[in-house]
Amino acid sequence: MTWLPLLGILIVVAGFALRLNPMLVVVAAGLATGLLAGMNPVEVVAAFGKAFNDNRIIAIVWVVLPVIGLLERYGLQQRAAAVIRSFKGATTGKLLLLYLGYRQLTAAIGLHSTAGHPQTVRPLVAPMALAAAGEPSPEEAEKIKAMAAATDNVGLFFGEDIFFAIGSIVLIQQVLKADGYDLAPLQLALWAIPSAIAAFAIHGARLWWFDRKRRAR
Amino acid sequence: MITLGWLYVPAGLLFGAVALRSALDRANPKRLGTAAFWGLMALSLLGGDWIGDVGNGLLVLGLAGLAGFGFVGRGTSDTTSQERREHSAARLGNQLFLPALVIPLTALVGTLAWNYTPLGQSGWIEPKRETYVFLVLGVILALGVIAVWLRPPVLAPIEEGRRLLDAIGWAAVLPQLLAALGAVFAVAGVGDIVGAGVRSVIPGGSVFLTVCVFALGMAAFTMIMGNAFAAFPVMAAAIGVPLLIEDHGGDPAVIGAVGMLAGFCGTLMTPMAANFNLVPAALLELKDQYGVIKAQVPTALPLLAANIAILYFCAGLA
Repeated sequence: MTWLPLLGILIVVAGFALRLNPMLVVVAAGLATGLLAGMNPVEVVAAFGKAFNDNRIIAIVWVVLPVIGLLERYGLQQRAAAVIRSFKGATTGKLLLLYLGYRQLTAAIGLHSTAGHPQTVRPLVAPMALAAAGEPSPEEAEKIKAMAAATDNVGLFFGEDIFFAIGSIVLIQQVLKADGYDLAPLQLALWAIPSAIAAFAIHGARLWWFDRKRRAR
Repeated sequence: MITLGWLYVPAGLLFGAVALRSALDRANPKRLGTAAFWGLMALSLLGGDWIGDVGNGLLVLGLAGLAGFGFVGRGTSDTTSQERREHSAARLGNQLFLPALVIPLTALVGTLAWNYTPLGQSGWIEPKRETYVFLVLGVILALGVIAVWLRPPVLAPIEEGRRLLDAIGWAAVLPQLLAALGAVFAVAGVGDIVGAGVRSVIPGGSVFLTVCVFALGMAAFTMIMGNAFAAFPVMAAAIGVPLLIEDHGGDPAVIGAVGMLAGFCGTLMTPMAANFNLVPAALLELKDQYGVIKAQVPTALPLLAANIAILYFCAGLA
Protein backbone atom coordinates (compact mmCIF):
# COMPACT_ATOMS: atom_id res chain seq x y z
CA MET A 1 0.00 0.00 0.00
CA THR A 2 1.24 3.48 -0.83
CA TRP A 3 1.25 6.33 1.66
CA LEU A 4 1.21 8.96 -1.08
CA PRO A 5 -2.51 9.94 -0.89
CA LEU A 6 -1.83 11.15 2.67
CA LEU A 7 0.01 14.14 1.20
CA GLY A 8 -3.48 15.64 0.76
CA ILE A 9 -3.90 15.62 4.54
CA LEU A 10 -0.51 17.30 4.91
CA ILE A 11 -1.63 20.07 2.52
CA VAL A 12 -4.80 20.62 4.59
CA VAL A 13 -2.95 20.76 7.92
CA ALA A 14 -0.21 23.05 6.57
CA GLY A 15 -2.72 25.27 4.75
CA PHE A 16 -4.90 25.82 7.81
CA ALA A 17 -1.84 26.33 10.04
CA LEU A 18 -0.49 29.00 7.68
CA ARG A 19 -3.99 30.53 7.48
CA LEU A 20 -4.06 30.37 3.70
CA ASN A 21 -7.52 30.77 2.16
CA PRO A 22 -9.36 27.54 3.11
CA MET A 23 -11.21 27.39 -0.24
CA LEU A 24 -7.89 27.10 -2.10
CA VAL A 25 -6.38 24.75 0.48
CA VAL A 26 -9.30 22.35 0.22
CA VAL A 27 -9.34 22.29 -3.57
CA ALA A 28 -5.55 21.85 -3.73
CA ALA A 29 -5.71 19.00 -1.21
CA GLY A 30 -8.53 17.31 -3.12
CA LEU A 31 -6.77 17.56 -6.47
CA ALA A 32 -3.46 16.34 -5.04
CA THR A 33 -5.09 13.40 -3.24
CA GLY A 34 -6.99 12.27 -6.31
CA LEU A 35 -3.99 12.55 -8.61
CA LEU A 36 -1.68 10.72 -6.18
CA ALA A 37 -4.25 7.93 -5.92
CA GLY A 38 -3.96 7.45 -9.68
CA MET A 39 -7.08 9.25 -10.92
CA ASN A 40 -6.75 11.47 -13.99
CA PRO A 41 -7.42 15.23 -13.65
CA VAL A 42 -10.88 15.07 -15.25
CA GLU A 43 -11.92 12.21 -12.95
CA VAL A 44 -10.80 14.18 -9.89
CA VAL A 45 -12.69 17.31 -10.95
CA ALA A 46 -15.78 15.21 -11.70
CA ALA A 47 -15.59 13.43 -8.31
CA PHE A 48 -15.30 16.81 -6.59
CA GLY A 49 -18.22 18.23 -8.57
CA LYS A 50 -20.50 15.27 -7.91
CA ALA A 51 -19.84 15.34 -4.16
CA PHE A 52 -20.38 19.12 -4.04
CA ASN A 53 -23.71 18.71 -5.86
CA ASP A 54 -24.76 15.84 -3.56
CA ASN A 55 -24.18 18.04 -0.50
CA ARG A 56 -26.30 21.05 -1.50
CA ILE A 57 -28.58 20.38 1.47
CA ILE A 58 -25.98 22.29 3.52
CA ALA A 59 -26.83 25.51 1.61
CA ILE A 60 -30.58 25.39 2.34
CA VAL A 61 -30.20 26.89 5.81
CA TRP A 62 -29.11 30.25 4.31
CA VAL A 63 -32.73 30.99 3.34
CA VAL A 64 -33.21 32.19 6.92
CA LEU A 65 -30.85 35.15 6.36
CA PRO A 66 -33.41 37.57 4.81
CA VAL A 67 -35.72 37.10 7.81
CA ILE A 68 -32.92 37.53 10.37
CA GLY A 69 -31.58 40.55 8.46
CA LEU A 70 -35.02 42.18 8.23
CA LEU A 71 -35.63 41.78 11.95
CA GLU A 72 -32.19 43.23 12.69
CA ARG A 73 -33.20 46.20 10.52
CA TYR A 74 -36.03 46.83 13.01
CA GLY A 75 -33.80 46.36 16.09
CA LEU A 76 -34.09 42.66 17.03
CA GLN A 77 -30.58 42.50 18.55
CA GLN A 78 -31.19 45.71 20.50
CA ARG A 79 -34.49 44.35 21.80
CA ALA A 80 -32.91 41.03 22.82
CA ALA A 81 -30.27 42.98 24.73
CA ALA A 82 -32.90 45.19 26.41
CA VAL A 83 -34.86 42.17 27.66
CA ILE A 84 -31.77 40.67 29.29
CA ARG A 85 -30.84 44.02 30.90
CA SER A 86 -34.30 44.13 32.49
CA PHE A 87 -33.52 40.91 34.42
CA LYS A 88 -31.37 42.06 37.34
CA GLY A 89 -29.82 38.66 38.13
CA ALA A 90 -28.98 37.68 34.56
CA THR A 91 -25.36 36.81 33.84
CA THR A 92 -23.63 35.62 30.68
CA GLY A 93 -22.80 32.27 32.24
CA LYS A 94 -26.30 31.57 33.55
CA LEU A 95 -27.89 32.55 30.25
CA LEU A 96 -25.57 30.32 28.20
CA LEU A 97 -26.03 27.48 30.69
CA LEU A 98 -29.79 27.71 30.12
CA TYR A 99 -29.25 27.67 26.36
CA LEU A 100 -26.90 24.68 26.67
CA GLY A 101 -29.59 22.69 28.46
CA TYR A 102 -32.27 23.80 26.00
CA ARG A 103 -30.10 22.86 23.01
CA GLN A 104 -29.20 19.44 24.44
CA LEU A 105 -32.81 18.60 25.30
CA THR A 106 -34.32 19.72 21.99
CA ALA A 107 -31.58 17.94 20.03
CA ALA A 108 -32.21 14.81 22.11
CA ILE A 109 -35.81 14.69 20.91
CA GLY A 110 -34.83 15.12 17.27
CA LEU A 111 -35.24 18.89 16.96
CA HIS A 112 -31.57 19.54 16.18
CA SER A 113 -32.26 21.64 13.06
CA THR A 114 -34.64 24.03 14.83
CA ALA A 115 -31.83 26.08 16.39
CA GLY A 116 -28.35 26.96 15.14
CA HIS A 117 -25.87 29.73 14.42
CA PRO A 118 -27.91 31.63 11.80
CA GLN A 119 -31.33 30.86 13.32
CA THR A 120 -30.75 31.49 17.02
CA VAL A 121 -27.15 32.37 17.97
CA ARG A 122 -26.61 35.51 15.85
CA PRO A 123 -30.05 37.11 16.32
CA LEU A 124 -30.79 36.12 19.95
CA VAL A 125 -28.24 34.20 22.02
CA ALA A 126 -25.12 36.27 21.27
CA PRO A 127 -26.74 39.71 21.81
CA MET A 128 -28.40 38.45 25.00
CA ALA A 129 -25.10 37.03 26.30
CA LEU A 130 -23.39 40.36 25.55
CA ALA A 131 -26.11 42.37 27.27
CA ALA A 132 -25.95 40.14 30.35
CA ALA A 133 -22.27 41.08 30.67
CA GLY A 134 -23.13 44.77 31.09
CA GLU A 135 -20.41 46.79 29.40
CA PRO A 136 -17.83 44.26 28.18
CA SER A 137 -14.51 45.44 26.70
CA PRO A 138 -13.97 44.61 23.00
CA GLU A 139 -11.78 41.63 23.95
CA GLU A 140 -14.40 40.37 26.40
CA ALA A 141 -17.16 40.85 23.81
CA GLU A 142 -15.15 38.75 21.36
CA LYS A 143 -14.80 35.99 23.99
CA ILE A 144 -18.50 36.10 24.89
CA LYS A 145 -19.61 35.81 21.27
CA ALA A 146 -17.21 32.90 20.70
CA MET A 147 -18.54 31.23 23.85
CA ALA A 148 -22.14 31.65 22.62
CA ALA A 149 -21.27 29.82 19.38
CA ALA A 150 -19.29 27.18 21.30
CA THR A 151 -22.24 26.56 23.61
CA ASP A 152 -24.52 25.92 20.63
CA ASN A 153 -22.05 23.38 19.21
CA VAL A 154 -21.49 21.53 22.49
CA GLY A 155 -25.24 21.36 23.13
CA LEU A 156 -25.94 20.08 19.63
CA PHE A 157 -23.17 17.47 19.43
CA PHE A 158 -23.81 16.02 22.87
CA GLY A 159 -27.59 16.01 22.58
CA GLU A 160 -28.38 14.82 19.08
CA ASP A 161 -27.07 11.26 19.51
CA ILE A 162 -29.64 10.60 22.23
CA PHE A 163 -32.22 10.78 19.45
CA PHE A 164 -32.20 7.33 17.88
CA ALA A 165 -33.26 8.32 14.35
CA ILE A 166 -30.23 10.47 13.53
CA GLY A 167 -27.59 9.91 10.87
CA SER A 168 -24.69 9.10 13.18
CA ILE A 169 -26.69 6.43 15.04
CA VAL A 170 -27.75 4.86 11.73
CA LEU A 171 -24.11 4.89 10.62
CA ILE A 172 -22.88 3.19 13.81
CA GLN A 173 -25.62 0.59 13.45
CA GLN A 174 -24.77 -0.12 9.80
CA VAL A 175 -21.01 -0.40 10.43
CA LEU A 176 -21.41 -2.78 13.39
CA LYS A 177 -24.08 -4.80 11.57
CA ALA A 178 -21.61 -5.48 8.76
CA ASP A 179 -19.41 -7.17 11.39
CA GLY A 180 -22.27 -9.26 12.74
CA TYR A 181 -23.36 -7.08 15.69
CA ASP A 182 -26.99 -6.19 15.08
CA LEU A 183 -27.92 -3.49 17.62
CA ALA A 184 -31.17 -1.60 18.03
CA PRO A 185 -30.79 2.18 17.48
CA LEU A 186 -32.28 2.73 20.94
CA GLN A 187 -29.43 0.75 22.59
CA LEU A 188 -26.90 3.05 20.95
CA ALA A 189 -28.87 6.20 21.76
CA LEU A 190 -29.02 5.18 25.43
CA TRP A 191 -25.23 5.06 25.62
CA ALA A 192 -25.02 8.64 24.39
CA ILE A 193 -26.54 9.79 27.70
CA PRO A 194 -23.44 9.48 29.97
CA SER A 195 -21.39 11.62 27.57
CA ALA A 196 -24.23 14.15 27.33
CA ILE A 197 -24.21 14.51 31.12
CA ALA A 198 -20.41 14.85 31.12
CA ALA A 199 -20.65 17.56 28.41
CA PHE A 200 -23.22 19.52 30.44
CA ALA A 201 -21.08 19.24 33.57
CA ILE A 202 -17.80 20.24 31.90
CA HIS A 203 -19.08 23.07 29.71
CA GLY A 204 -21.45 24.18 32.48
CA ALA A 205 -18.53 24.40 34.92
CA ARG A 206 -16.66 26.59 32.44
CA LEU A 207 -19.68 28.90 32.12
CA TRP A 208 -19.98 29.12 35.90
CA TRP A 209 -16.24 29.89 36.12
CA PHE A 210 -16.70 32.54 33.41
CA ASP A 211 -19.22 34.37 35.65
CA ARG A 212 -17.01 34.02 38.71
CA LYS A 213 -13.98 35.47 36.97
CA ARG A 214 -16.03 38.47 35.80
CA ARG A 215 -17.48 39.04 39.28
CA ALA A 216 -14.00 38.99 40.76
CA ARG A 217 -13.04 41.92 38.55
CA MET B 1 -44.28 14.88 -3.03
CA ILE B 2 -42.09 17.74 -1.81
CA THR B 3 -38.49 16.59 -2.24
CA LEU B 4 -35.16 18.11 -1.36
CA GLY B 5 -34.99 19.37 -4.95
CA TRP B 6 -37.83 21.81 -4.28
CA LEU B 7 -35.95 23.37 -1.37
CA TYR B 8 -32.93 24.18 -3.55
CA VAL B 9 -35.16 26.58 -5.51
CA PRO B 10 -35.77 29.25 -2.82
CA ALA B 11 -32.11 29.03 -1.78
CA GLY B 12 -31.00 29.32 -5.42
CA LEU B 13 -33.31 32.29 -6.02
CA LEU B 14 -31.88 34.02 -2.93
CA PHE B 15 -28.30 33.55 -4.14
CA GLY B 16 -29.34 34.68 -7.64
CA ALA B 17 -30.98 37.87 -6.35
CA VAL B 18 -27.97 38.60 -4.15
CA ALA B 19 -25.71 38.14 -7.19
CA LEU B 20 -27.77 40.62 -9.24
CA ARG B 21 -27.79 43.24 -6.48
CA SER B 22 -24.05 42.72 -5.96
CA ALA B 23 -23.38 43.33 -9.66
CA LEU B 24 -25.17 46.69 -9.38
CA ASP B 25 -23.47 47.74 -6.13
CA ARG B 26 -20.97 50.38 -7.26
CA ALA B 27 -19.76 50.91 -3.69
CA ASN B 28 -18.19 47.43 -3.78
CA PRO B 29 -14.86 47.60 -5.63
CA LYS B 30 -15.05 43.83 -6.18
CA ARG B 31 -18.67 43.86 -7.32
CA LEU B 32 -18.19 41.67 -10.41
CA GLY B 33 -16.23 38.96 -8.59
CA THR B 34 -18.77 39.02 -5.75
CA ALA B 35 -21.64 38.76 -8.23
CA ALA B 36 -19.94 35.88 -10.06
CA PHE B 37 -19.37 34.02 -6.79
CA TRP B 38 -23.00 34.17 -5.61
CA GLY B 39 -24.14 33.61 -9.20
CA LEU B 40 -22.23 30.30 -9.33
CA MET B 41 -23.94 29.26 -6.09
CA ALA B 42 -27.32 30.09 -7.66
CA LEU B 43 -26.38 28.02 -10.71
CA SER B 44 -25.37 25.09 -8.48
CA LEU B 45 -28.64 25.15 -6.53
CA LEU B 46 -30.94 25.72 -9.51
CA GLY B 47 -29.12 23.78 -12.23
CA GLY B 48 -26.68 21.44 -10.47
CA ASP B 49 -28.49 18.33 -11.66
CA TRP B 50 -28.26 19.34 -15.33
CA ILE B 51 -24.63 20.41 -15.78
CA GLY B 52 -23.02 17.02 -15.13
CA ASP B 53 -20.24 16.01 -12.74
CA VAL B 54 -17.49 17.75 -14.69
CA GLY B 55 -19.65 20.88 -15.00
CA ASN B 56 -20.16 20.88 -11.23
CA GLY B 57 -16.42 20.30 -10.76
CA LEU B 58 -15.57 23.32 -12.91
CA LEU B 59 -18.16 25.32 -10.94
CA VAL B 60 -16.36 24.36 -7.73
CA LEU B 61 -12.99 25.41 -9.20
CA GLY B 62 -14.59 28.73 -10.15
CA LEU B 63 -15.91 29.29 -6.62
CA ALA B 64 -12.55 28.42 -5.06
CA GLY B 65 -10.63 30.59 -7.52
CA LEU B 66 -12.86 33.64 -7.01
CA ALA B 67 -12.71 33.32 -3.21
CA GLY B 68 -9.09 32.19 -2.93
CA PHE B 69 -7.60 34.92 -5.10
CA GLY B 70 -9.53 37.72 -3.39
CA PHE B 71 -12.17 38.56 -6.00
CA VAL B 72 -15.04 38.40 -3.49
CA GLY B 73 -15.74 41.55 -1.48
CA ARG B 74 -18.30 43.09 0.82
CA GLY B 75 -21.01 45.33 -0.59
CA THR B 76 -22.87 48.14 1.10
CA SER B 77 -26.48 47.16 1.63
CA ASP B 78 -29.31 49.56 2.20
CA THR B 79 -30.07 49.10 5.91
CA THR B 80 -30.88 51.12 9.05
CA SER B 81 -28.56 53.00 11.42
CA GLN B 82 -27.81 51.93 15.00
CA GLU B 83 -29.94 54.82 16.37
CA ARG B 84 -32.94 53.96 14.24
CA ARG B 85 -32.68 50.35 15.40
CA GLU B 86 -32.60 51.36 19.09
CA HIS B 87 -35.59 53.58 18.44
CA SER B 88 -37.59 50.96 16.57
CA ALA B 89 -36.70 48.27 19.14
CA ALA B 90 -38.15 50.47 21.89
CA ARG B 91 -41.25 51.25 19.81
CA LEU B 92 -42.02 47.67 18.69
CA GLY B 93 -41.19 46.00 22.00
CA ASN B 94 -41.18 42.28 22.55
CA GLN B 95 -43.51 41.67 19.61
CA LEU B 96 -40.33 41.86 17.54
CA PHE B 97 -39.46 38.36 18.77
CA LEU B 98 -42.59 36.81 17.28
CA PRO B 99 -41.48 36.70 13.61
CA ALA B 100 -38.05 35.42 14.76
CA LEU B 101 -39.72 32.60 16.64
CA VAL B 102 -41.97 31.71 13.68
CA ILE B 103 -39.08 29.86 11.99
CA PRO B 104 -37.94 27.56 14.85
CA LEU B 105 -41.55 27.12 15.97
CA THR B 106 -42.80 26.08 12.52
CA ALA B 107 -39.87 23.67 12.20
CA LEU B 108 -40.53 22.31 15.71
CA VAL B 109 -44.31 21.94 15.53
CA GLY B 110 -44.17 20.72 11.93
CA THR B 111 -41.56 18.05 12.69
CA LEU B 112 -43.45 16.85 15.77
CA ALA B 113 -46.79 16.78 13.94
CA TRP B 114 -45.22 14.94 11.01
CA ASN B 115 -43.73 12.24 13.22
CA TYR B 116 -46.41 11.80 15.87
CA THR B 117 -49.71 12.31 14.01
CA PRO B 118 -51.16 10.50 10.95
CA LEU B 119 -49.98 13.48 8.85
CA GLY B 120 -46.67 11.68 8.33
CA GLN B 121 -48.38 8.83 6.51
CA SER B 122 -49.68 11.18 3.80
CA GLY B 123 -46.38 10.89 1.92
CA TRP B 124 -46.38 14.57 0.93
CA ILE B 125 -42.76 15.08 1.94
CA GLU B 126 -39.61 13.12 1.09
CA PRO B 127 -38.82 10.88 4.10
CA LYS B 128 -36.42 12.30 6.73
CA ARG B 129 -36.45 15.75 5.10
CA GLU B 130 -39.51 17.12 6.90
CA THR B 131 -37.58 19.46 9.22
CA TYR B 132 -35.97 21.19 6.22
CA VAL B 133 -39.35 21.56 4.50
CA PHE B 134 -40.89 23.08 7.63
CA LEU B 135 -37.83 25.31 8.08
CA VAL B 136 -38.34 26.79 4.61
CA LEU B 137 -42.08 27.03 5.23
CA GLY B 138 -41.32 28.91 8.47
CA VAL B 139 -39.14 31.36 6.52
CA ILE B 140 -41.97 32.03 4.06
CA LEU B 141 -44.45 32.52 6.93
CA ALA B 142 -42.07 34.86 8.77
CA LEU B 143 -41.48 36.92 5.62
CA GLY B 144 -45.26 37.20 5.21
CA VAL B 145 -45.77 38.32 8.81
CA ILE B 146 -43.00 40.94 8.52
CA ALA B 147 -44.31 42.22 5.18
CA VAL B 148 -47.84 42.75 6.52
CA TRP B 149 -46.82 44.10 9.93
CA LEU B 150 -43.76 46.26 9.29
CA ARG B 151 -44.13 47.00 5.55
CA PRO B 152 -40.42 47.10 4.69
CA PRO B 153 -39.31 48.31 1.22
CA VAL B 154 -39.78 45.66 -1.48
CA LEU B 155 -36.05 44.98 -1.91
CA ALA B 156 -35.31 44.98 1.84
CA PRO B 157 -35.40 41.16 2.29
CA ILE B 158 -32.80 40.75 -0.48
CA GLU B 159 -30.67 43.65 0.76
CA GLU B 160 -30.69 42.44 4.37
CA GLY B 161 -29.96 38.89 3.23
CA ARG B 162 -27.08 40.22 1.13
CA ARG B 163 -25.72 42.18 4.10
CA LEU B 164 -25.47 38.99 6.16
CA LEU B 165 -24.28 36.81 3.28
CA ASP B 166 -21.52 39.33 2.47
CA ALA B 167 -20.48 39.27 6.14
CA ILE B 168 -20.16 35.48 6.00
CA GLY B 169 -18.51 35.51 2.56
CA TRP B 170 -16.90 32.35 1.20
CA ALA B 171 -17.34 30.64 4.59
CA ALA B 172 -20.95 30.07 3.47
CA VAL B 173 -19.70 27.71 0.75
CA LEU B 174 -16.75 26.07 2.53
CA PRO B 175 -18.73 23.38 4.41
CA GLN B 176 -20.03 21.98 1.14
CA LEU B 177 -16.52 22.03 -0.32
CA LEU B 178 -15.18 20.14 2.70
CA ALA B 179 -17.87 17.50 2.29
CA ALA B 180 -16.67 17.11 -1.30
CA LEU B 181 -13.06 16.77 -0.09
CA GLY B 182 -14.17 13.99 2.25
CA ALA B 183 -15.65 12.14 -0.72
CA VAL B 184 -12.40 12.48 -2.70
CA PHE B 185 -10.42 11.23 0.34
CA ALA B 186 -12.73 8.21 0.52
CA VAL B 187 -12.33 7.39 -3.19
CA ALA B 188 -8.54 7.70 -2.87
CA GLY B 189 -8.51 5.18 0.02
CA VAL B 190 -7.19 7.57 2.69
CA GLY B 191 -9.28 5.74 5.33
CA ASP B 192 -7.64 2.36 4.65
CA ILE B 193 -4.16 3.85 4.89
CA VAL B 194 -4.93 5.60 8.20
CA GLY B 195 -6.52 2.44 9.60
CA ALA B 196 -3.41 0.39 8.79
CA GLY B 197 -1.22 3.09 10.31
CA VAL B 198 -3.21 3.19 13.54
CA ARG B 199 -3.13 -0.59 13.93
CA SER B 200 0.66 -0.54 13.72
CA VAL B 201 0.99 1.74 16.79
CA ILE B 202 -1.29 -0.31 19.10
CA PRO B 203 0.64 -1.39 22.19
CA GLY B 204 0.16 -5.10 22.82
CA GLY B 205 -1.48 -6.25 26.04
CA SER B 206 -2.89 -3.09 27.65
CA VAL B 207 -6.67 -2.79 27.25
CA PHE B 208 -6.65 0.76 28.63
CA LEU B 209 -4.06 1.96 26.12
CA THR B 210 -6.03 0.32 23.30
CA VAL B 211 -9.13 2.25 24.43
CA CYS B 212 -7.04 5.44 24.46
CA VAL B 213 -5.72 4.86 20.93
CA PHE B 214 -9.29 4.15 19.72
CA ALA B 215 -10.74 7.34 21.24
CA LEU B 216 -7.77 9.57 20.38
CA GLY B 217 -7.71 8.09 16.88
CA MET B 218 -11.42 8.91 16.46
CA ALA B 219 -10.81 12.50 17.62
CA ALA B 220 -7.66 13.00 15.52
CA PHE B 221 -9.03 11.46 12.32
CA THR B 222 -12.25 13.47 12.79
CA MET B 223 -10.14 16.63 13.03
CA ILE B 224 -8.49 15.76 9.72
CA MET B 225 -11.70 14.82 7.90
CA GLY B 226 -13.89 17.49 9.52
CA ASN B 227 -16.57 15.08 10.67
CA ALA B 228 -16.83 11.93 12.74
CA PHE B 229 -18.87 10.10 10.12
CA ALA B 230 -15.81 9.57 7.93
CA ALA B 231 -13.65 8.55 10.88
CA PHE B 232 -15.99 6.01 12.49
CA PRO B 233 -15.94 3.22 9.86
CA VAL B 234 -12.13 3.45 9.70
CA MET B 235 -11.54 3.31 13.47
CA ALA B 236 -14.23 0.67 14.01
CA ALA B 237 -12.62 -1.60 11.40
CA ALA B 238 -9.07 -0.95 12.66
CA ILE B 239 -9.54 -1.14 16.46
CA GLY B 240 -13.13 -1.04 17.69
CA VAL B 241 -14.39 -4.35 16.30
CA PRO B 242 -11.27 -6.58 16.07
CA LEU B 243 -9.55 -5.52 19.31
CA LEU B 244 -12.07 -3.98 21.74
CA ILE B 245 -15.14 -6.09 20.90
CA GLU B 246 -13.67 -9.41 19.70
CA ASP B 247 -10.39 -9.73 21.63
CA HIS B 248 -11.38 -7.97 24.87
CA GLY B 249 -15.14 -8.70 24.86
CA GLY B 250 -16.30 -5.08 25.07
CA ASP B 251 -19.99 -4.13 24.77
CA PRO B 252 -20.57 -3.20 21.09
CA ALA B 253 -23.30 -0.65 21.94
CA VAL B 254 -20.99 1.35 24.24
CA ILE B 255 -18.00 1.12 21.90
CA GLY B 256 -20.08 2.26 18.93
CA ALA B 257 -21.97 5.09 20.63
CA VAL B 258 -19.16 6.51 22.79
CA GLY B 259 -16.54 6.00 20.07
CA MET B 260 -18.60 8.27 17.82
CA LEU B 261 -18.89 10.86 20.62
CA ALA B 262 -15.10 10.79 21.11
CA GLY B 263 -14.99 11.81 17.46
CA PHE B 264 -17.39 14.68 18.16
CA CYS B 265 -14.79 16.05 20.64
CA GLY B 266 -12.47 16.26 17.63
CA THR B 267 -15.14 18.13 15.64
CA LEU B 268 -15.03 20.87 18.30
CA MET B 269 -11.30 21.41 17.69
CA THR B 270 -10.89 21.57 13.90
CA PRO B 271 -11.27 24.27 11.23
CA MET B 272 -12.21 21.43 8.86
CA ALA B 273 -15.65 21.37 10.54
CA ALA B 274 -16.26 24.75 8.94
CA ASN B 275 -20.00 25.03 9.34
CA PHE B 276 -19.73 24.62 13.12
CA ASN B 277 -16.44 26.41 13.74
CA LEU B 278 -15.58 28.91 10.98
CA VAL B 279 -19.06 29.94 9.77
CA PRO B 280 -20.21 31.19 13.21
CA ALA B 281 -16.95 33.14 13.58
CA ALA B 282 -17.84 34.93 10.33
CA LEU B 283 -21.53 35.19 11.22
CA LEU B 284 -20.76 36.81 14.60
CA GLU B 285 -18.07 38.97 12.96
CA LEU B 286 -15.27 37.77 15.23
CA LYS B 287 -11.81 39.18 14.57
CA ASP B 288 -10.16 35.78 15.02
CA GLN B 289 -11.50 33.21 12.55
CA TYR B 290 -10.37 30.48 14.98
CA GLY B 291 -12.06 32.22 17.97
CA VAL B 292 -14.85 29.64 18.27
CA ILE B 293 -12.38 26.74 18.18
CA LYS B 294 -10.29 28.39 20.90
CA ALA B 295 -13.43 28.71 23.03
CA GLN B 296 -14.19 25.01 22.54
CA VAL B 297 -10.81 23.33 23.17
CA PRO B 298 -11.02 23.64 27.00
CA THR B 299 -14.37 21.80 26.86
CA ALA B 300 -13.35 19.27 24.22
CA LEU B 301 -10.20 17.94 25.95
CA PRO B 302 -11.70 17.06 29.37
CA LEU B 303 -14.75 15.70 27.54
CA LEU B 304 -12.51 13.44 25.47
CA ALA B 305 -10.97 12.16 28.72
CA ALA B 306 -14.49 11.59 30.09
CA ASN B 307 -15.41 9.58 27.00
CA ILE B 308 -12.29 7.44 27.39
CA ALA B 309 -13.34 6.73 30.99
CA ILE B 310 -16.92 5.89 29.90
CA LEU B 311 -15.58 3.54 27.22
CA TYR B 312 -13.22 1.81 29.63
CA PHE B 313 -15.59 1.37 32.57
CA CYS B 314 -19.02 0.99 30.88
CA ALA B 315 -18.05 -1.33 28.03
CA GLY B 316 -16.91 -4.00 30.52
CA LEU B 317 -13.24 -3.58 29.68
CA ALA B 318 -11.96 -2.56 33.12
